[in-house]
Amino acid sequence: MIEFANLLGKLNWNALPHDPITAGGAATVVGGVLVVMAALTYFKRWKWLWKEWLTSLDPKRIGVMYIVVAIVMLVRAGTDALMMRAQQAVSVGNNHGFLSSNHFQQIFSAHGTIMIFFVAMGLMFGLINLVLPLMLGARDVAFPFLNSISFWLFGAGVVLVNLSLVIGSFSAAGWLAYPPLSELRYSPGVGVDYWIWSLQIAGIGSLLSGINFLTTIIKMRCKGMSLMKMPMFVWTVMGAMTLVIFAFPILTVTLTLLYLDRTFGMHFFTAGAGGNMMMYVNLIWAWGHPEVYILILPAFGVFSEVVATFSRKRLFGYTSMVWATWAIVVLSFSVWLHHFFTMGAGADVNGFFGIMTMVIAVPTGVKMFNWLFTMYRGRILLATPMRWFLGFVVLFTIGGVAGVLLGVPPIDFQLHNTLFLVAHFHTMIVSGVLFGYFAGVTYWFPKFSGFRLNERLGGYAFWCWLVGFILAFVPLYILGLMGATRRLDNYSPSLGWQPLFIVAGVGAAIIAVGLTLQILQLLVSIRQRQQTRDTTGDPWNGRTLEWSTPSPVPFYNFAVTPEVDSRDPFWAIKQARSAGIEDKSTYEAITLPKNSPIGLFVGTLAFLIGFGAIWHIVWLAGISLFGILVLVIVRSNDDHTERHISAKKLEELDKQARTQERYA
Amino acid sequence: MSATATVVDDNSDKPILGFWIYLMTDCVLFASLFATYAVLYNNTAGGPSGFQLFNLKNVLAETLILLTSSFTCGLAMLAAHKGDRDRTLAWFGVSFLLGIAFLALELTEFRHFVQTGNSWRRSGFLSAFFTLVGTHGLHITVGLTWMVTLMVQVFRRGLTRATIRRLTMLSMFWHFLDIIWIFIFTIVYLRGAIAP
Repeated sequence: MIEFANLLGKLNWNALPHDPITAGGAATVVGGVLVVMAALTYFKRWKWLWKEWLTSLDPKRIGVMYIVVAIVMLVRAGTDALMMRAQQAVSVGNNHGFLSSNHFQQIFSAHGTIMIFFVAMGLMFGLINLVLPLMLGARDVAFPFLNSISFWLFGAGVVLVNLSLVIGSFSAAGWLAYPPLSELRYSPGVGVDYWIWSLQIAGIGSLLSGINFLTTIIKMRCKGMSLMKMPMFVWTVMGAMTLVIFAFPILTVTLTLLYLDRTFGMHFFTAGAGGNMMMYVNLIWAWGHPEVYILILPAFGVFSEVVATFSRKRLFGYTSMVWATWAIVVLSFSVWLHHFFTMGAGADVNGFFGIMTMVIAVPTGVKMFNWLFTMYRGRILLATPMRWFLGFVVLFTIGGVAGVLLGVPPIDFQLHNTLFLVAHFHTMIVSGVLFGYFAGVTYWFPKFSGFRLNERLGGYAFWCWLVGFILAFVPLYILGLMGATRRLDNYSPSLGWQPLFIVAGVGAAIIAVGLTLQILQLLVSIRQRQQTRDTTGDPWNGRTLEWSTPSPVPFYNFAVTPEVDSRDPFWAIKQARSAGIEDKSTYEAITLPKNSPIGLFVGTLAFLIGFGAIWHIVWLAGISLFGILVLVIVRSNDDHTERHISAKKLEELDKQARTQERYA
Repeated sequence: MSATATVVDDNSDKPILGFWIYLMTDCVLFASLFATYAVLYNNTAGGPSGFQLFNLKNVLAETLILLTSSFTCGLAMLAAHKGDRDRTLAWFGVSFLLGIAFLALELTEFRHFVQTGNSWRRSGFLSAFFTLVGTHGLHITVGLTWMVTLMVQVFRRGLTRATIRRLTMLSMFWHFLDIIWIFIFTIVYLRGAIAP
């Protein structure tokens, strides 16, 4: 119900943390923010941060910001995972562990939500921003200003999710907040509202990104790049963004309806008065299943680039890869019901969705074989990105087979909501999505920083992740088969589950070591950057256009827009060069967008709208909404949003970049 | 140079393509709301059904008004492409007033339902009805706000490339809302008029 009378809505002193664990979480968030602010002040970096990063419309800068936020969130949600593993390893019989039931529920809800929306999505949009325009031979995305708004809406979602640690509490209804549990009657606090609004705001950002990148791919390919000459990564991004466009509006609607139920007393998903809670489950998975393909398709694209480069071969079966991608795009909308075979839809419906689930494994298998055939007789260089790929091949196949097993409805009835399922989707998402984006970050890192990441530490990190992963999740497959349901915060010692839970806990700890090593790798690499400096712009002997630019890529991407006439265009250019043909270059004046703080302002106001909606502070939400309207009008009346660089200046900049490259 | 010319062309039709894609996302949004309405249609929970509630005369008036505003919006665009600023503003002015009239009729209907005890709290059916029709109304409100801002812009700056491009997107939006309304008219009101 709404309390309009109070100026602060439902907000009061009770919203601040009371018990030691929540207080610890709150202190970490507040402390972290204060430390960063103090460091920025001490090193006098505020102006630099503002001018070079926060107001930048350069997709490369925005991409780096996405990835930085995603890594911070990975640490946060990873900490949640460690707490869950620790709790389940000790909480047996009368020993209830160190977390209360309610707190445990908030942790698993936050873990899933953050990992999907703010880690996986963040890494994906980060890499797309970094690489997509370069691969297309373009200087920018289609709508640079919209891109900045997308990023800051993502940022607003991140802030809301983490703010719930300090003010109020987070949802305890699982990462997808099924009703009736998530309805006001059973979740009366603000937790579910935090969940709704952080996802709603970040989700609208994703939707705008989808429109932006799809337009970029359709409209901004360089001369000669027909669709069938696009790099595989571009194809997979195109597939994923098409899915974003079809799937994310469903999420927007679903979240809105849940909020309307909770706030305005509607009856979409309530247990009585004509609500239909299974409609929620259908709607959320009609978004949710395509969502996992949104996350994984660009990761498949990364693997396609990595495998071809590190095998020194053309990607095997390019055309079949393209068709496999689009088969997945289409089929991903026809399998959502396999998430709830137990709903009771009847044998025919379950049979259909079971068969479709098996069918969608086929194009994925096609891709897997194409990668393996690309490696066949290649000159394989086992650099870190390639290791992530090989780890993926092993784990993803295991997880995929488990998935096909779960796709058989009678088996699913046994395994529904058990840890077997948890182990299955973690195998898919960790090895597919996370390993994919780790490979991508390592692969493209020198392009944007000018130096490579430390190989040795990268290798150690990879082995920790691989071994840790197997130790953490193989026990969960076994426990699931033994009947252990997911989300248990306590179980009876007579079940004999504890040893397996302890092994899983050890595995999680090893993964944590791997993550620590990755952060260490970054620090060490920055320290030793002189030794690993990329002086050629092409550290891996790459095949696609991004490697034809100097590292780090200048803000204008290409001094002269490239023209291509084959797949793997940079490979062709290199062949031509060694044959003695010089590429011609005439400089032309270019236009790029100026920096703008408006994206940041829109994100801030969107955060305030969310905060107002969560705590029922109507005036705050209203004023913020009006503020966004004003900002949009201001922006549309601004005629000076672009800056021009003359041909002469560009030539100078280009010569400079290329000289530095040679003599650094 | 021809290369530069292509680039300029690209820049002018990128926003239009982007806006088409946006409209497709809006289409999916409405499709989801239509689906929820279809699922909850019979869930009246002891409350009134569409057959008992809807007044088709009122809805017919709304429909005609909205269709006319779409027509006048088309006339405004014709004037814009001819470079006739005053006529563009005049026809958009008419579209705006018709939009206001539509919204007023819709709100009157809503108020009537709420006052007779049949608000969105009454049943799943009414929740879905108010949300579907209300979301369309909200889009109309956004469209009207946009129309006013663009009319001010056209008045101050005249019909430049940028303003014409924005007017084109607005008119696409306006026609799109018209199409959505035809579906609401058919699926919500006409189907509702069939005796159960």
